[in-house]
Formats: sequence, structure tokens, C-alpha cells
Amino acid sequence: MANKIISHKLDWWLIGAYLLLVIFGWMNIYSSVCGGEGYVFDLSQKYGMHLIWIASAFVLAITILFFIPSKTYSVLAYGIYFLMLILLVAVIFLGIEVNGSHSWFALGPVRLQPAEFSKISTSFAIAALLSKFDFTLSNRKSFLTALALIVIPMLCIVCEKETGSALVYLGFLIVLYREGMSGWILLIGLYAILIFILTLILSPFVAILISIGIISLIYSLFARDKVIVILASAVIITLLAQLPKLLQLDFVSRFTQLSSDIWLAIITGAFAVIFIIISFKKKWKFLRNSLLVYLLSLMMIFSVDIVFHKVLKDYQQARIETLLGMREDPMGVGYNVHQSLIAIGSGGVTGKGFLHGTQTRFDFVPEQSTDFIFCTVGEEWGFIGATIILIVYLFLILRIFASANNQSDKFNRIYGYCVGCCILMHVLINVGMTLGLMPVIGIPLPFLSYGGSSLWSFTILLFIYIRLDYDNKL
Amino acid sequence: MRISVDKKSIITGSVIIIFLVIIIRLFFVQIIDKEYRINAENNALKYETIYPARGLILDRNEKILVNNVISYDINVTPYDVKEFDTVAFCNIFSLDTAFVKDKFREYKLYRTKIGYQTLTFLKKVSFEEYSRFIENAHLFPGFAASPKILRVYPYNSGGNLLGYTSEVDADFLKDHPDYKMGEYMGKTGMESSFESILKGEKGYTIYLRDAHNKIHENYANGEYDKEAVPGTNVITTIDAELQAYGESLMQNKVGSVVAIEPSTGDILAMISSPGINVSQLANISKYYAELSSDPYKPMFNRAVMSAQPPGSVFKLANGLIGLQEGVLKPQNRYPCHQGFVVGNLRVGCHSHASPLDLYEGIAQSCNAYFCYVFRNIIENSKYTTSQEGFEKWLDYVHDFGFGTKLGTDIGSELAGNLPSVEGYDKLHGKGRWHALNIISLSIGQGELGCTPLQLANFVATIANRGYYYTPHIQKDTEECRIDDRFKERHYTKIDKQHYDEVIKGMRLAVLSGTARIANIPGIEVCGKTGTAQNPHGDDHAVFACFAPMDNPQIAIIAYIENAGFGATWAAPIASLMVEKYLKGEISPERQYIEDNMMSANLLGKVKVK
Repeated sequence: MANKIISHKLDWWLIGAYLLLVIFGWMNIYSSVCGGEGYVFDLSQKYGMHLIWIASAFVLAITILFFIPSKTYSVLAYGIYFLMLILLVAVIFLGIEVNGSHSWFALGPVRLQPAEFSKISTSFAIAALLSKFDFTLSNRKSFLTALALIVIPMLCIVCEKETGSALVYLGFLIVLYREGMSGWILLIGLYAILIFILTLILSPFVAILISIGIISLIYSLFARDKVIVILASAVIITLLAQLPKLLQLDFVSRFTQLSSDIWLAIITGAFAVIFIIISFKKKWKFLRNSLLVYLLSLMMIFSVDIVFHKVLKDYQQARIETLLGMREDPMGVGYNVHQSLIAIGSGGVTGKGFLHGTQTRFDFVPEQSTDFIFCTVGEEWGFIGATIILIVYLFLILRIFASANNQSDKFNRIYGYCVGCCILMHVLINVGMTLGLMPVIGIPLPFLSYGGSSLWSFTILLFIYIRLDYDNKL
Repeated sequence: MRISVDKKSIITGSVIIIFLVIIIRLFFVQIIDKEYRINAENNALKYETIYPARGLILDRNEKILVNNVISYDINVTPYDVKEFDTVAFCNIFSLDTAFVKDKFREYKLYRTKIGYQTLTFLKKVSFEEYSRFIENAHLFPGFAASPKILRVYPYNSGGNLLGYTSEVDADFLKDHPDYKMGEYMGKTGMESSFESILKGEKGYTIYLRDAHNKIHENYANGEYDKEAVPGTNVITTIDAELQAYGESLMQNKVGSVVAIEPSTGDILAMISSPGINVSQLANISKYYAELSSDPYKPMFNRAVMSAQPPGSVFKLANGLIGLQEGVLKPQNRYPCHQGFVVGNLRVGCHSHASPLDLYEGIAQSCNAYFCYVFRNIIENSKYTTSQEGFEKWLDYVHDFGFGTKLGTDIGSELAGNLPSVEGYDKLHGKGRWHALNIISLSIGQGELGCTPLQLANFVATIANRGYYYTPHIQKDTEECRIDDRFKERHYTKIDKQHYDEVIKGMRLAVLSGTARIANIPGIEVCGKTGTAQNPHGDDHAVFACFAPMDNPQIAIIAYIENAGFGATWAAPIASLMVEKYLKGEISPERQYIEDNMMSANLLGKVKVK
């Protein structure tokens, strides 16, 4: 291979961003573990071990760039995907238990987490399926197949008790959206999360009123008489809000034993059902769908209680309640986030300087070199440093998206989006968690966090794309 | 109208918005919001804790039972210590320089473990040493004086009730982050039950340190400092004089005395003897081993934790139940020929005139009389079986507060125990037992376990003619309201007029019956003696009384273990306390009783393991 050609065709911007993040990550691990007093190559320490992970990741990167033909991936996509599924299931039974989850294989001194690598295989499978000739997501069967490719590994990972890692797979929905899935599905998903939160922190009654408001607002965007729809729904909501007062009246409460939220659901639900029947006959598709969504949200609002208290585990409930400010608990569940915010907050504008962080070093913040590495960044490098790192991530993701859009090969494009979305989800969840925007979900920050599985999987993920992109330019 | 949007732009736009949100949040956390920059763990700011004065404990007349004195500790933060004049330092505290050198050698050895922590260097230095140090504090960076508050006890009484404070332990710290290592908290008694009221709120002063770890001025002109809020004083229902007097009467005896103000449920005195001496409280760690190995168990609060048969005092309950059930009229006379005899069964009695009516029955504490009463209650023709009659009886007994925790604000209260249908079914066979099988309940023996507090509460119920307030030890004041449950009347199912009849009998007992020794000139005392049989040794002496008969101000129970007749030991002690409380002094003609009680030593009669 001719080096000159390679150097021109490789995306050096992506490689540069990668190197920057990896080296910066190692510096922060070194600082958070020992504060600069340890010998760099001390293999008994995390920073020493991480050097080995970095070196081996470089070897992997070079192997991918120069020695593996790019056709391999699209040809072997499904094979790799199924192999990975087998590993994901196997680890539940054969893996060792770490912090309550069964997601690690122990190979001598080295521990590997298949869940980290299955992101790659899932990306292959999605790219292979969606790039198939005459495949279209508007076909219901094809869409369900694509969805299954995402959901199956998610379920395996949930069974391994790594719910956090499973959430990352929701990022693949963005890829499906890019490739033709209706945006309504994403919007309805976001809407469901919003209603869930409102029901928890406010009340079912308010959540129902707000859902009526949101649905009629969106409906009005597409209605012919926007103003009338908005005014009418405002009047209806105001009237419905008076329901509890009405129920308090003596002569009413004598006949009604149910609470106001159930009455609200019965009244509005009945109207919705009537109008659904009418709109079925008259083929008012949009009205029908809006009302169906409303009925679904009613069901959801009344099942939130069950979902929250029966399906979610105690610690998951506690994390969500802390995040939503429903419980003040800086010493219990909120401890990690509270300490993390103090560490980041204490960094100020310019930070305390490399190796001068105090919060992160004295074990205030747990898991500081893995899940909470961003605390060290925030404390030692301040707002400026942390923002620069975030901008590097943003640059990395947007550059991948932009270059993916230019790929002539559909497989390359879809795979590129998968890579970008994986990185996006990890950064969003991880940084969001350290800043108290997300519940505490233990997933690593790409390229920065300590750990072989995470560094390897993201290196492989990224460099396969760089190689695909390189071949595309040839 | 269809809004067509390019999906690529939507994705790119959303990603940018997500990152913007994160960066804005970062901006707030790191730059705008000071909340996260001001925090006790933040090392750029040095926090100095200001300790609040612990609240005092006062008696019902606001006499101080527990007071504070300040002592000073010298603390050191080894990380902040610079070269200093060791000789000058040692002169202040009259120390040996070797001592200081040793300490610092130790700090150096464990420096990684110590980190930024502050350690105690000297404990309890004198005020002179403290003042000299403060004048020269700037010469010794890293050292600081911290005032600590110690407890002192002006009254030598109520050791068990007051309880002690000691340093928090590691287990407690795990669940209570608001406490820090080395701080004090209430461990037992009132110090523990009223911890949340007494402890106050810690404050702090924030100092800024620069990169060289030098402390500069007060951060933000003290804008974020927090003043310490002193603990609130707790006013107890205890009468310090009465408590102290009772303790002196109870010295060298094992048992307890509980006095209650019937009209409020206030506990006036609660003595458990032998108890902890207050002089041992302030330095509990030194005496702890000695106290816990003492065979008389001074740390055990007998008044709420020792459930024993009540003896003849319980005849009052049976009399009341009989009257209410309609199976007894005060005029009913029953014979007694030195006991109650039916077939082979015999419940013995002492010799007295016969037959007696209810008043005389109470006054003479006739066993036979109450055997008849009890039998009539259980085998009442109203009910089809004895079991049903017994269940009804149990209902009444339960309403007096027996067999259940009363719910006082004193810790470690026991419920005592009552017999049950199931228990007797097991013992005699289902449905195969009658009043005669359980006749010992008539005289307060058998399967009955009542704490002295429950008995005192029972006397208060009689004094109130039918209701009680849950006894409590915290006084209701403007500053410190007590729980509403302490203000709630608990009624028994027995009508007021029946109480009047029983009280007549109690009055007669004092005037001409078994409790004559409790007759105090000028005060209408109503009482009932008891002698509780005890399979393990001599009988327990019991006496219950209240006074004055109309408008009662004190209800009291004395329970003295292994002392013998209630009239001999318990009645004198209880009546002396009533006299002291109501008159303030003991009348000359009763002085000899006081002398006898004070000097009596009954410890020898108590078997200890």
C-alpha cells in the first residue's frame, strides 16, 4: 500500500479528534487515580493498565485501517450479529458478577463486556438490512424486522442487568428515522417520556390535561382552522380543570365515589371513542390517530403507577425520583450526583489545573475514572476545558454524519450514522448524568473513560467507519 | 399545508441543541450557581463549624436538671501546619517538646490516610491555656481551638431518666450524615428521646484560602456563613425535689416508684432503684463497665421495663369490673373464714371480721371477697360460657392500659402481659376451664405482668374517675408543644359512680384498713396495699394511692422487690412522697417513718445472679 495515497484519503480530522480524546482521557485517569504522584507505567494502577489498553487499541485501529478489507463487514454483517447475540446470552450464564450485573467475561486477568461490542455488530446488521436493494422502512414487515434487530440485543443486555447500556440502543432509532422511519414515532416516544414524568411529579389529573393540550396543539398545526381548534381546546381544558371543584360539591359527591382523575378520564375517553368511530367512517385519518394517541396516553397515565412501582427496581425508582427532584437525598441515592456536581462546580471557569483537583482525587466521587471521568475534566480544566471537550465530541459526531451523507455506498452511510448515534447517546447519557440532567446510568464516556472494553469497542466502531470512508474516496 | 423538513438538518439541529443544553447546564453549574462551589467538602473554601449550645433539661418548675459547661479542645490540621516555635507552643500548654515531636512523627507516618483531616491534638485544656493560645494563634498555623460543651447536673437525681451523651459511633454515622465524627449525641434517657430538640443546629464560618493554602478573609463578607442555632431547652414534667426525695427513700432498695399528676398525665417522678448516679453520667465511658456488670442492674429502668404481678392492688380493677357488669353491689357481703374455700380449692386470707361489704373488702384487702366477685364476673349468666365472661373481663383490663404499651415518650417501654383464652385453652383444654381455674387473677396474681408505670397510670385513672392521659415526661410549653396524643383522654368502659364506690373503699383502707400507715394528717389519702407473691423469693411490697380524694394532684405507685408486706415498706415510701409533694415537708409525727425508710437496707433480701 502506498502511504502517500493513504495519507490524503484518510479522514485525519476524525483521527485527530480520536487521538486528542484518548490522550486527554488518559491524563484525567492518571490525575483522578493518583494526583500525579504515581509512576506512569505502574501496571498495578488503572492509569498503567489504561496505557496497555490504549496501545492495543492503536494496534486494533491500524489493523482495521490497513489489513482488513472493507467488504468484510457488509458480507459478514449477519454472521457477526448472530455470533454476538450468542455471546450476549452466554454471558448471562457463564459471565462473572460485577456490581450485580452478569455482563462480563473473565479471560484470565482481562475482563470483557460483550454488551460494549454488540453495538458494533448491531450497527453492521442494521446497515446490511437497510442497505439491501429495494428495502423500505415504510413496509410494515421490513420496519418490524429492523426494529427487532435493535430490540433483541437490548433485551439480552437488560437480562444481564445492564439496563443503562441497553438504553444506548435507542439511539439506533435516529438511524431508522434518517432512513425513512416516520418522525412521528420519535415524537410519540418523547411525548410518552414527558407524560410519564408529569404523571410522576405532578398528578394524573394534570398529566391528562397537559396531554389534551399537547395533542390539540399539534393537531391544530395541521388543521384548517387553527385558531378555532386552539381556542376550543383552551376552553375545554379550562372547563375540565374545574372538575375537582364540581366533585367537591355536596350534591355531586353523594353520587360520585370516584376520584377526579378517573372522572376526567371517563368523560374525555368517552368523547374520544365516539369521535374515533366517526372519524373511522369519515376517514379523517389525522383526527383518528390523534385521538388514538390520546387514549393510549390515558392508559399510560393510569399504568405509570404500576410500571413505576412494580416494573422498575427500587434503586431505579430512587434514581428517577432524585433526578426529578421528588426526593432530596444528597447522602443516599443522590450522593454520586451531588458529589459530582460539587466537583464540576468547584472547577469554575478555568479549573484547578491538571493534577490539582481535590474533589475527584479524595474518593468523594465514586467510579471517577470510569463513569464519572467527566468530573475530573470539569474540576481540573474548568468550564473552558469541559466545553472544548464537548465541542470536540460535537465535531466528531457532526463530521461523521456529514461525511456519511456523502457516501455513495448505502451500507457506509447507514453504518456511519450508527457510529455517530452510539457516540451521541453515550456522551448525552454520561455527561448528562454527571451534570444531574439524567438519572445515574453507569455507562462510559467514549474514548475518555477507563476500561478496555469501552475503548476497544469505540476504537473499532470509529476506525471501521474511517476505513469505509477511505474506500469510498478511492 | 405540509411542512417539509430535511431529515438531515433535523438530526444535525437536534444534536447541536443537545450539546447546547449540556453546555448551558455546565455554565450554570460551574459559573452561575454558587451552591455547588459553597459546600463543606470544597477545599478552596475552609469551613469552620460553629457548635450550638445543647439545650438544657429543666424540671416542671424550671429548675435546671442538666446544664452546660464549656471546655476547649486544641485541634490540628497536619496538612496546614508550617514550621512553628515548638518551645513557645509547649510553654502555653505546659507540654514536653518530645510529646509534640512524637505526635508529628505519627502524623507524618499516616499522612496519606490523614489527608486534609483535622485531628484532636489536646483535649479539655483550661480556660487560661485557651486564652493564651488564642492570643498567639497566628504563630501556629494549622492549630485551632474548638470549644466543646460538657454536661453538668445540679440535682443529684434522675440519673436513669436523664440519660447521658457520648461521642457518636461509626455505625450511627453511616445513617446520619448530619453528625460528624467526634460530636456528641444523647444515648439514653431524655438526652436520647429529646435529641432532636436539644441538639440545635450547627453553623459555620467560611474562609477563603488561596493557592498557598493560606486562609484569607471571610468569604463573601460572611454572606454565606450560617449561625449556629442553640438547642431548645426541654422542660420536663419531673418535680426535681420529689424525684430527689424519692431516690433518697429508695436507696438500698430494689424497685421503683412512679408518680403521675392525674389531671394531665405528667410524670412527676420516676425512680428506678438502684440507678445511675448523676456524677457518673458526665463521664459515662469511665463507669460504663462497672455499671453494666453491677448485679443490681442500675442501667435497667424498672419503672417501664419490669413487668410483675400487681398483687392486691389489682382487686380495685376486679371491683370496678364487677360493679359495671352488674354482678356486684357495694352492699353485697361475702363470708371469709381465713380464705375462700370451694371443694379442694383454697385461697387463704388473713383474719378479719366477716362477712364484709365492698368498702370493707377493699379496706381489709380480703382475698375471699374478690374471689367471689371475680367468679361472678367470669360465670355471669349473661354469657353462655366462662370463656365469654373472661373475654369481657379482658376487655376491661385492657382498657385500663394493661397488656399494652401506653405509648409514653420514655424509651424502651414494655407492654407487660395479660392472660388469653388461647393460653388457658392450651393449659386446661379447650373450653374446659372456669373461674376457679383462674381464680388467682382475682387477687392480682397468676398470668399478669404489669409495669409500675402501668400501675401508676391505673391509679391515675381511678383518681380521675374513669380516664387517663398517656403518661409523659415532656411538659407542654409554648416553645415546645407535645404531641396531641398526650392530650387525649382515654376512657375506660366503667361508669364514674362505680369509681366513687371503690374510692370510698380506698379511703377506708387508709383510715382503718391495711394502709393506716399512709394516713397523713390534713390530707385525704386513698390507697390500696398489695403484696405480690413471687416464686423466686420474698414477696414484693406494693402500694398504690392518690391524694387528695377530691381534686387529686398526685397518683403514685411504689413497687419494692422482695421487701415483704406492702403496708410495711411500700405504703410508707409512697405516702411520704405524697406528703412531701403536697405539703413540702414531713409532719413531725411521721418523721420516724422517714428515718426508718431512709436507713433501711433491703438489698440483702434480693437474690442476685
